Amino acid sequence: MNTELAGIIAVFILTVALAIPFGKYIAKVYSGDKTPLDPVFNPVEKLFFRISGINPHAPMNWKQHMAALLTINFVWFLLGMFVLMNQGWLPLNPDGNPGQSADLAFNTSISFVVNCNLQHYSGESGLSYLSQLFLMFLHFVTAGTGMAAAAVLFMALKERTTDQLGNFYNFLLKSCTRILFPVSVLIAMVLAFNGTPMTFEGKDTYINMQGDTVGVSTGPVAAFVAIKHVGTNGGGFFGANSAHPLENPNYLTNMAEMFGQMIVPLAMVFAFGYFLLRKKMARMIFGVMTIGFLVLTVPTVIWENAGNPAITAMGIDNSSGAMEGKEVRLGSTASAFWSIATTVISTGSVNSMHDSFTPLSGMTQMLAMMTNAFYGGAGAGMLNIFIFIILAVFISGLMVGRTPELLGKKIEGREMKIAMVVALLHPLLILAGTALAAAFPEITAGTLNNPGFHGFSEMLYEYTSSSANNGSGFEGLGDNNPWWNISTGFVLILSRYIPIIGPVAIAGLLASKKFIPESAGTLRTDSATFGIMVLAVIVIITALSFFPALTLGPIAEYFSLQ
Amino acid sequence: MKTNIFPAIKLTALTLMFFSGLYTAVIWGVAQFAPNGGKGKMITVHGKTYYANIGQTFTEDKYFCSRPSAVGYNAAGSGGSNKGPSNPEYLAVVQARIDTFLVHNPGVGKKDIPVELVTASGSGLDPDITPRSALVQVKRIASVRKVSEEALVQLIARNTEGPLLGLFGPEKINVLKLNLALDQLN
Repeated sequence: MNTELAGIIAVFILTVALAIPFGKYIAKVYSGDKTPLDPVFNPVEKLFFRISGINPHAPMNWKQHMAALLTINFVWFLLGMFVLMNQGWLPLNPDGNPGQSADLAFNTSISFVVNCNLQHYSGESGLSYLSQLFLMFLHFVTAGTGMAAAAVLFMALKERTTDQLGNFYNFLLKSCTRILFPVSVLIAMVLAFNGTPMTFEGKDTYINMQGDTVGVSTGPVAAFVAIKHVGTNGGGFFGANSAHPLENPNYLTNMAEMFGQMIVPLAMVFAFGYFLLRKKMARMIFGVMTIGFLVLTVPTVIWENAGNPAITAMGIDNSSGAMEGKEVRLGSTASAFWSIATTVISTGSVNSMHDSFTPLSGMTQMLAMMTNAFYGGAGAGMLNIFIFIILAVFISGLMVGRTPELLGKKIEGREMKIAMVVALLHPLLILAGTALAAAFPEITAGTLNNPGFHGFSEMLYEYTSSSANNGSGFEGLGDNNPWWNISTGFVLILSRYIPIIGPVAIAGLLASKKFIPESAGTLRTDSATFGIMVLAVIVIITALSFFPALTLGPIAEYFSLQ
Repeated sequence: MKTNIFPAIKLTALTLMFFSGLYTAVIWGVAQFAPNGGKGKMITVHGKTYYANIGQTFTEDKYFCSRPSAVGYNAAGSGGSNKGPSNPEYLAVVQARIDTFLVHNPGVGKKDIPVELVTASGSGLDPDITPRSALVQVKRIASVRKVSEEALVQLIARNTEGPLLGLFGPEKINVLKLNLALDQLN
């Protein structure tokens, strides 16, 4: 078999196989059962909670959870602004990089606090090592924030009536120490032993074979790149992200990074099943997500291997595929696979430049973020699919004339309103943002790197990536200026916190309702039929919202290339 | 807000020490046992040291050339061209690269030029080319260096790195290593 294809199939199968036991482990962590890492982390966590004056056993209701979440996120944002704007004189700045401007620091700080990692700077010249290490801290805790919110959701869906949904700080810290930390350490070691730097020395120079002097940026890269994937953050150490030969030196590290970004989102689905003893429903959710993922991945791999038709027309050997923006050691296949993995999962790291993909692959990347429901970010993915499940329950309930119920709780008007707001916010932010940007060409046209339909795609991609909290980009866009920094900054805030608060609020409302045991009259939410219903809801919402915009961008470009 | 603010600040300080401090220290400590103590893989030849993973510009006809780069192989600032597939300016650049290649490589047919030799990589620092891209340059190098084509083909075969474990990923050749070996050949 083709070795490039074998590479991506192996990664995917390995990740799914390990996500099942890892999901079981995550469920144990959240339910407070014994795990093998207890002797290491129990004392550390106890100490942290004692000094912080937190009682990790004090239960919170959903509103208290959200208050705690928003407060600590705000602390991180302020600290981020301070570090980024003052990095010039703060320590660990061997290259003497200057502090960021206020609008750039605003965008960067928000973007890392909301787990998006839109980067309007290049790591080599835009950040000191101190800032990099601070962003690495955010990589851990913001992924932990999403996972803690998912844990609250799990707690709320138990078969009982309560408003006590565990302790936020307990979920947050344990997600970071017991789930993200161990996996990151393993992956960082793989990277370090394969040539990814882990040093505090500044910029190096060497004389190349032709006698020119060349600079080389290094830094504490291995530690950073590991958690950037495990926490589905995606913000790279260098400008070129994981296409950079020091961030991703060979095919093995590429497989490790791919595994790293997929393992937690996949495992969270299985954790849902183990935690609530609803393995069949977890399998249904996993099935829906996997179908969506494959439907986007397979054609992308085919299109990238076929290459750019405009270059085929020049009469050269185009058998390597669309190689503009791709690396030889990774190849077209692994680059195409990664581009969909990173967009469905809200990682947003790239190992090839999405701007240079063939038009329809650019569309599948955007669709992956527009649906925003297949696997999804660490924790956030479960919250997103939950909204679609609520919608599907309601619609199927209406179709068969039964009261909509989910896991023994009635779904009523209030829950539906919240679900609709969350589901419609995403298209609103993307389409309104893009429309605004297109309405002011005197500001935005100069920031585009490509003319015509592709230029429109660059703007559409930027808002899609912001609203999906993804962080990848059509990087040709000149995005470090007040328009892009500020407008995407606001999109980021809304698209992070409303899709967290919404599902948690619904779950909290459901939790306090009377539990109705399942009977023959209950609509089954773990069957394949219901899975198809969920998939249909996702497809219909996405297609109706985004098809017109996609027609103006990638689809028009595709036809213009024929 | 009031009940959360002090716990939030204290927990932030502690986790900052743990994840920015301790985690970094652990990985840094482990990396000391990695090749070259975690400073990247190097190649030293005749007292000169190069980064094994970072590509270099080779413009002289006597060397195997590497891929075009949007940043001129300057590893202090990485990046791709980010040109869209339908951009007319970009397509003109690719056409010009093809024409230049044909001028420097007489006797090579257009249909034998691999696409990766006329397109820029994502990082601008791609250290590798495919075996195809090396073989298509054999004629030129043989005539400039006055060596047999046979010797060059063997050199390429020796420097080709297979897929991971023979199973996963593409074949590739590190251009720097290939050119260092080429200099040894004479």
